Amino acid sequence: AMKHVVKILSLLVAVSAFWIVLLQAAIVPQSHTWLLPIYFVVSLGCYGLLMVGIGIMQFPTCPQEAVLLNHDIAEAKDFLSTNGIDIGTY
Amino acid sequence: MAEEKERKGDGKHKYSIIVPTYNERLNIALIVYLIFKHLRTSGLVIGEARFCNLGIDSSCGWLIRDESFCLDVDFEIIVVDDGSPDGTQEIVKQLQHLYGEDRILLRARAKKLGLGTAYIHGLKHATGDFVVIMDADLSHHPKYLPSFIKKQLETNASIVTGTRYVKGGGVHGWNLMRKLTSRGANVLAQTLLWPGVSDLTGSFRLYKKSVLEDVISSCVSKGYVFQMEMLVRATRKGYHIEEVPITFVDRVFGTSKLGGSEIVEYLKGLVYLLLTT
Repeated sequence: AMKHVVKILSLLVAVSAFWIVLLQAAIVPQSHTWLLPIYFVVSLGCYGLLMVGIGIMQFPTCPQEAVLLNHDIAEAKDFLSTNGIDIGTY
Repeated sequence: MAEEKERKGDGKHKYSIIVPTYNERLNIALIVYLIFKHLRTSGLVIGEARFCNLGIDSSCGWLIRDESFCLDVDFEIIVVDDGSPDGTQEIVKQLQHLYGEDRILLRARAKKLGLGTAYIHGLKHATGDFVVIMDADLSHHPKYLPSFIKKQLETNASIVTGTRYVKGGGVHGWNLMRKLTSRGANVLAQTLLWPGVSDLTGSFRLYKKSVLEDVISSCVSKGYVFQMEMLVRATRKGYHIEEVPITFVDRVFGTSKLGGSEIVEYLKGLVYLLLTT
């Protein structure tokens, strides 16, 4: 089985090859093509930041769960003490 | 002995719940009560029971009467205590007295030896064909156990992992900084590792026993990187992994669990996983 890093490196090599071909073929002006890797890295960074930002905004929270948990704990403590389990002074 | 039970051939499933503990005197009692509460219901009349046509087999006692489930899951709780000085083991013995020594197994160790080895130790004593791992501090609520079991039966997944990051799941008790680091860590891990799950560091999981044995033998990390490594290695090996939403209530308020060194450890772990899986 191929290691994951090999997969990623192969992808990078393929993209780099494509970039070099673009440079050679000069379909797009070379000055633009030279900048493509920078565009790519910056886009990747922006995408990452966007994902983090969206993730924080949409972060699922559950305040009601803390309430429910306290109920469960009280119920459990009640059961345990009536059944002789000494859970001490908590 | 364990193999004989697995090859009984009557299709019954048993779930071994491994709970590593260290100074969880109160929490272990609470969690045992809650596990029994959610895996065993009592007082339900089963007079008009019908078997669900969702494709779930009856091997773990799922019955549907009207719209409600009646549960009678075969399980055992394996407490792996690392020599807690607060009397955790005494409490477990009392619980054994109350619930039965076939349901609660105390498999202690002499001192704190780490989470990965605690799972391996617990695995050795597990007689179920499925293994659940969960934390003892009630950040993982046993009420989700039925949904793990149901998901696995529906999909025949090798691993069902709880995710806090999807709708239906969630976290309580995290401030903005904590959410930021969690989200940042998640995005980084997704980009680098393509893990196929939304929550990589969670440790509330259900494994097929054979799958856990296979994966755990190839993991070497410690701490939560260990949890990540298990899931990533399982993904690389092609195991079918499903997720269920869970809620996570962080009760350890005020302690900073995420300092600079933790972040460094995490990044090192990511790079390690990137290069070796």
